Parts: sequence; C-alpha cells; structure tokens
Amino acid sequence: MNEEIRKIIADHARLPGDVGALADGANLYEAGMTSHASVNVMLALEDRFDIEFPDRMLKRSVFESISAIAAALLELQAQAAA
Amino acid sequence: MSVAVDRDQIFLTGIRRIGEEVAAANADDVDREARFPAETIAALRESHALSAFIPVELGGAGASFQSLAGACLELGRHCGASAMVFAMHQIQLATIVRHLDDAPWFEDYLRDVASEQRLIASVTSEVGTGGDMGSSIAAVEHAGADGLATFEKQAPTVSYGAYADDLLTTLRRSPESEPGDQVCVLTRKDQHTLEQTSSWDPLGMRGTCSPGYIVRARFPLEQVLPTQFARVMNESMVPISHILWSHLWLGIATDAFARARAFVRAAAKRKPGEPLPVAIRLSQLMSELSLLRAEVSSGLAEFIAATADDRSRLSEMATILRFNNLKIASSEQAPRVCQGALGVCGIVGFKNDTPFSVGRHLRDTMSACLMVANERIHQTNASLLLIAKEV
Repeated sequence: MNEEIRKIIADHARLPGDVGALADGANLYEAGMTSHASVNVMLALEDRFDIEFPDRMLKRSVFESISAIAAALLELQAQAAA
Repeated sequence: MSVAVDRDQIFLTGIRRIGEEVAAANADDVDREARFPAETIAALRESHALSAFIPVELGGAGASFQSLAGACLELGRHCGASAMVFAMHQIQLATIVRHLDDAPWFEDYLRDVASEQRLIASVTSEVGTGGDMGSSIAAVEHAGADGLATFEKQAPTVSYGAYADDLLTTLRRSPESEPGDQVCVLTRKDQHTLEQTSSWDPLGMRGTCSPGYIVRARFPLEQVLPTQFARVMNESMVPISHILWSHLWLGIATDAFARARAFVRAAAKRKPGEPLPVAIRLSQLMSELSLLRAEVSSGLAEFIAATADDRSRLSEMATILRFNNLKIASSEQAPRVCQGALGVCGIVGFKNDTPFSVGRHLRDTMSACLMVANERIHQTNASLLLIAKEV
C-alpha cells in the first residue's frame, strides 16, 4: 500500500524533491506539499482505493506522511469490510 | 452570577464606555487625518483591555472569547479603525495564548503584555507570495556568533506597525525550508527596525496606518513560537481573524443603520401622520442587517462549539470552509448595509458633517473584501469543495 501511496504522491503532490527518497514517516508538508496539491492527492487516493474520506479525516494531520495516509486508508478499509 | 460572566461584563462595560466617550469623539479626526487612534488605544491600555484575553494566572483578566468578539462589535459602532487595531492586537495575542505550549519565554512575555499593556502588530503579508499567508519567502536565519537569529522581510502592509510595541512575524523555519514550512516569531521594539517603503492614504480604515515596511530583526531563538504555523493558522489565526473582523464590520454596519433610523425618525417627527416612503427603505435595510447579524453570530457560536472539546476540528476542511465563508459573506454584506443607509439618508448621509453621515462607514467596510482578498479565499474554497463532504 505504501508504494501505491508513494506513486500518487509522486504524481499529484508536486514536491520539489525526489519522492522515492522520502521516508514513510517524513512530513509531506515540510517537503513542500501545498494545501492545494494535498486536495489533488486526496482525490487521487479516493479514486485509487475506492473509498471516501469522511470530513473528520479531511485535515492536515491525516495526510502529513505516507504512514499517516496508510493508517487512514486501513481504517476505512476495515470499516468497509465490517 | 459566575465569576467568568462577571469578568466579561466588567470588561464589556469598560469597552462600551471607551467606545462612546473616546473612540466616537475622535473617529472623524482619525479618519480625516489618516492618523492612529491614539486616544482610544491609550484608554484601552488604561483599562487593561489589551490584556483582557490573557489567562488570570499570567496576569490578564481571563475574559472569554465571546466577550472579545463583543468588544470588537462595540468599538466598531464608534470607530472602525480603532476596532480594527484592537481586533488585530487580540488576534495576535489569542494566537500566542492558544499555542504557547507552556514555553517559558512566551509565558513571561504575556505577563509583560499584561503589566505594560504592550500592543502587538503582525507581519504576515509578504511581497511576492501573492497574498498567501500560508507561504513565506523570508526565513529565520540561524544564529551568528552572538547566538542570535535574524530575519529580513518585505511586507506590503503592516497595520499600525509604527505604533506597535511588538511584532508577530511569519517566516520560513530556516533558509532551507519550503515556503509552507513556517513559524511565527515575536520580536520586541528594541529587537527590530522598520524601514517604511510605501505611503498610507487609503479610501477607508485610514486610522489603521498600514504602509509597507522592510522589517529587520535580531532575536534569541526562544522567541520562535513552538507550534508550527500551519496549525496556528488553521486552529487560531484564520478563524479568529474572520470572527473578530466580522464582528467589527457588523458594528460599523449597525451604526450606519442607527443613523439611517435616526434620520427617518426625525423626518417622521417633522411631518406627523404623513406618508413616509423612506421608512419602507429603512425596513428593507433592517432585513439586510439581520442577515449580517445572523451570519456573524452563528459563526461565533459554531467556533465556540468547535473548540469546546477538541480544537483539531478547526483543521477539518469543512470547518475551514465554514469560517472562510463567514469572512466572504460578512465582508460583502457590511458595505451593502452601509450603502443602504446612504440610500435612506440621501444627501445628509453623503455629507461628512451631519449627524447622519455614513461615508466613513461605507468606506471603512469597503476594505473588508480586500483584507485577505475574497478572490483568494474563493480559490481556496473552490479547491476544498472538491473533497469536503458535508458543507
């Protein structure tokens, strides 16, 4: 999952540096992701993983790193399976 | 009556008196001369209103956020510029109070604000960022031989910069940081210099004295607010700005309506029993004012509800949209009410020297859509609307 998220970040987050070199826990905003770009990342994640982020998850902290995004996706997938 | 309610009432009674006796008396001169509302700020200092929001244990009055909003409305009824200076100071102060994270330097600083009634201005705008407060060019340059950090920032406007004791400035965390990786730095008057780069002769809000400056400072690193600015901005600076501004715009519009009403009453008394077409216009205007009042008071109530249990709700996109909308709606509706009041009063409202003058009200509220341009806020909202669910 982390690699798929990384691919979406590479395509949509418009980071100035190399996304491949980012640690899973690295802060994407500090790496240069703008609020505007983060919305495109969210849209691409919803599309790719066929989920919808509820409003309570639509905040900065949920999208600040690859691991944080993975945790949110796992939570939504577990909910969908239940 | 609880102690907190009591405290708020004492605070608001004091503000009301300053509004009526000091701000109102100087409002026309402040506007005409585009000069700082020194008398009002001196009276606010004397009554310790500048530190009202600081918690009691740090030397303040522990006034509630609701009472701060009420104070902005009250001052706005008498002098828009005084209300704006007061509001902007409280925005910086509330930001520090809410995000100091027990940092000892900032706790001591708040004690000084309370005992010396220091006035804080902000340096958030920057030449070259296109009005985006969430990105900076200037950076905290790290410690030289003396252990002090420095910055140099070109700000297109710094409201009452020349009259403030201290400045709260947004900067990139370090020269290597990305534009959005920001912090806030508090510097005292003896730690910074202001080089004025433009003039100040605007249409309205003339007393805020907001020309451009190059700000240069040297300061110890402990004066960097511990919380990263992205959080500060979402959880405090933006929603609090929108709430306090909208309250003072409502205050200005309320006074414009009051003047229109006084005009209609005077006309009715002159010709008792005769039909008075302008009275219908006043009634129409009242419904415009009610819309503004409803938006402003529901914005405040929703902010209080959103912060009651968990402040992080303020970072959710749906909440950001809500308070952005408060700003857009109130900044458009306030000048509409003032223009309606001008329509009621006619030529005596247009003239600057009658009891029914509303020119200053109209001009002051016309600044509202420019203070963080509505166009920019719409851009942000347009993007958030793509992903937010319940709005």
